[in-house]
Amino acid sequence: MAATYRYLPDTKQDQEEMLKFLNISSIDELFEDIPAEISLQDELNIPEAVPEPLLLKKMNQLATKNKNANHYPTFLGAGTYDHYIPSVVNHMISRSEFYTAYTPYQPEISQGELQAIFEFQTMVCELTGMDVANSSMYDGFTSLAEAASLAVASTRRSKVLVSKAVHPESRAILHTVAGGPGYTAEEVNLADEVTDLGKLQEQIDKDTAAVIVQYPNFFGSIEDLKAIKKIAEEKGALLIVSANPLALALLQAPGKLGADIVIGDMQPLGIPMSFGGPHCGYFAVSKKFMRKIPGRIVGQTADEKGKRGFVLTLQAREQHIRRDKASSNICSNQALNALASSICMTSLGKQGIRHMAQLNIEKADYMSKTLEQKGFTIINEAPFFNEFVVELPRSVKEVNEKLLKAGIIGGFDLKSDYGFENQMLLAVTEQRTKEEIDQFIDVLEAIVNG
Amino acid sequence: MVEYNDLIFEISRPGRVGSSLPESDVDCVDLNDKFPKHLIRDEPAELPEVSELQLVRHYTALSNKNHGIDNGFYPLGSCTMKYNPKINEDVARLEGFSRIHPYQPVETVQGALEVLYELQEELAVITGMDAVTLQPSAGAQGEWTGLMMAKAYHAQKGETRTKVLVPDSAHGTNPASASVAGFQTITIPSDKNGLVNLEELKKHVGPDTAALMLTNPNTLGLFEKEIVEIAQVVHEAGGLLYYDGANANAILGKTTPGQMGFDIVHLNLHKTFTTPHGGGGPGAGPVGVKEKLIPFLPVPRIEKSGDKYVLNSDHSHSIGRVKGYYGNFGILLRAYTYIRTMGPIGLRQVSESAVLHANYLRKRLAPYFEAPFSQICKHEFVLSGSRQKNLGVRTLDMAKRLLDFGYHPPTIYFPLNVEECLMIEPTETESKETLDAFADVMIQIAKEVEENPGVVLDAPHTTDIGRLDEVQAARLPILRYFKEEIVEKETAKS
Repeated sequence: MAATYRYLPDTKQDQEEMLKFLNISSIDELFEDIPAEISLQDELNIPEAVPEPLLLKKMNQLATKNKNANHYPTFLGAGTYDHYIPSVVNHMISRSEFYTAYTPYQPEISQGELQAIFEFQTMVCELTGMDVANSSMYDGFTSLAEAASLAVASTRRSKVLVSKAVHPESRAILHTVAGGPGYTAEEVNLADEVTDLGKLQEQIDKDTAAVIVQYPNFFGSIEDLKAIKKIAEEKGALLIVSANPLALALLQAPGKLGADIVIGDMQPLGIPMSFGGPHCGYFAVSKKFMRKIPGRIVGQTADEKGKRGFVLTLQAREQHIRRDKASSNICSNQALNALASSICMTSLGKQGIRHMAQLNIEKADYMSKTLEQKGFTIINEAPFFNEFVVELPRSVKEVNEKLLKAGIIGGFDLKSDYGFENQMLLAVTEQRTKEEIDQFIDVLEAIVNG
Repeated sequence: MVEYNDLIFEISRPGRVGSSLPESDVDCVDLNDKFPKHLIRDEPAELPEVSELQLVRHYTALSNKNHGIDNGFYPLGSCTMKYNPKINEDVARLEGFSRIHPYQPVETVQGALEVLYELQEELAVITGMDAVTLQPSAGAQGEWTGLMMAKAYHAQKGETRTKVLVPDSAHGTNPASASVAGFQTITIPSDKNGLVNLEELKKHVGPDTAALMLTNPNTLGLFEKEIVEIAQVVHEAGGLLYYDGANANAILGKTTPGQMGFDIVHLNLHKTFTTPHGGGGPGAGPVGVKEKLIPFLPVPRIEKSGDKYVLNSDHSHSIGRVKGYYGNFGILLRAYTYIRTMGPIGLRQVSESAVLHANYLRKRLAPYFEAPFSQICKHEFVLSGSRQKNLGVRTLDMAKRLLDFGYHPPTIYFPLNVEECLMIEPTETESKETLDAFADVMIQIAKEVEENPGVVLDAPHTTDIGRLDEVQAARLPILRYFKEEIVEKETAKS
């Protein structure tokens, strides 16, 4: 071996010098502590190395096998959305001082990252109306499960109630997570397409640590947080709200409606869909849970000369200090995507984010009204943000196949998760033009009439 | 360079915009007609208002205050801060990968599924496992996923095993993950050579042992030579062996956790497989298992049916979902690209160089610091600053002094079982010149401790901010910016 791989700089001479310094004759001697019986005799059975130009070609070919939103307007949402990402976002997160850095444990040479996280925390607090936000979680789904665990640990109660209008994947992960410490995650049925408050009232009791709802919910509808908070509060349960941060530009902040923990995913703001990841969970709490929040938090302080600076703080909560007493095991998070999201929020700004949210509402409103005019039934009874459910005369699968032939990616089929036949969840973001929406509806009409 | 210390909120001025969205091409909606009043936002979120160039200058200025691998040597033990290849970044940004939705029909994402399927297969080969899930987002989530599978495995056999054994040198995530998975952690002390004390282990292994979690080479950079015996002890008691892959950079193509006797493995793709750390994430923590644990893998699993790739959730013994969708796809893509770049011989050379570099650097530094373990090391090694501590200078001070020379310090005060620990991982991607230059600086600092300790105690001298008051940060937490401050600032000026 000697410098035949571009990431490996050792020349033959380098190696010889190092071996000589170590008084050994070959690298193999450095592996003599691995017993012979468990040493690999053959090379790993994986494909041979590919030079960069050929590899780029191969990866481009693989990428081209996928139908992407640049060429196929998409009406899929259900937790991941096709939103506009300002060009500056990718340029700024491509600064390798950011992306090739580790967690900022050495604050003197990590002020850039630390300050960016501090600003991210501030923006999350602003949107959610909460007091404290952390530096990010894996995604919105796992944030929800972490919130449930926090609620169980801090109330010392044994169950959480989760609305069926919460994303199916959030609920699935919650059930997996609850199996660890062994608390119960009980689901609350729907009344139309929103949480059944009557059922919630029946199911809530003194063992309930928290009520978990989504805002807007999985079907796009806006849950009445005020009414839900009232029910939760009567039994001393916490209110956990999973919120779409873009919707919060125009919807009342959950913090102002009594939420104790607000979680969700920043994906709508600056993060590509990327086949579902990496996205970026956020986690915000009211002040009383400040020292119980999972994950890393940045705080402001000063150096010896009094100059403002930032550090990771309240670390006594975390796994590397508390080990088996830690309430969460999270270590790596999604820092670079939190940065992307901050840059996107900065680019959109105070006015732009409202404009973007307004466009989402208007496009979804236009599409739903046009569909209704054409005789289709819209399922949503409650007001919705940028998603709604339409009832189709054929199976969603069949309709989606026809749409795909017309160059459109159709909506989400509610059959497998909810058993709802012929019901399609549509997302209409600011990316969809009137022309694309009209084309979608034309295809739909042709199917019905054909 | 002009010093820049503003927060984005402090350069914000009402009316400035940093982006341009189109006007609506459909009818206007009055929110008051659509939503009940109490659900309409009453006060706008105070997001920044800056121009595009102001934004660019702000984040460029922040990046200039950050040290990444591209800036300089980053010998952070247990973190494998190796070079993050640029092709990986380009691949992850291809529109055919970045602009696809996770719920698209599988026929429209065959390229993405092909990458994931092949990555599963290749990681299984690299770890000596029979199947792999790519869902976990990070090492810690991988650990928890693995332990939940262990729990399900024992439960299916009708056994309730409550304890997870962890050596005292383990990463903090090991006991934390065990706890989150509902297990009790038992700590196993290391012997004087820094290895698992087999006799101690035997005392604790029993019918209540669910698993032993082990990092091999361990966090001291030492290979657990008795791993075969350790595995035997645990297996004989009916327990499982969990491999923390944080240190996999030492063993690629040399041995596999499977051969060592492990049943469950996680890998940190952001360590061994060059995906960037991103200032803390996103990473990826795939988990591999031996055949007997396959039924418990998370769903959906990515499978091949004929020549078509499919998502299959029809596995009744699965522990369920652990993460949204199929894992951190963009990160998995980067790791796939890296494995393709290196191939089997390249990956073996990665570990060989990483181990050569660590031993070389260790021998260069050993005369100047306490070196608690004398045997050969793998890809990283520990030194103790106890000699310097006796002279009144702590490891923290030496770490801060390294900043003056443009180096990111090694991991310090970990593992916990070495006093004043410095844990150094040079990685294979650094040149010998870099290793020598770093060694020279470390030796210089050791001399400074003897001759001029003040210069070390007062370090850093060259960074644009000094040591920060962490006690104050925790005691009186300021965790967000409030606009009032700008008001006060303006008032003070006038």
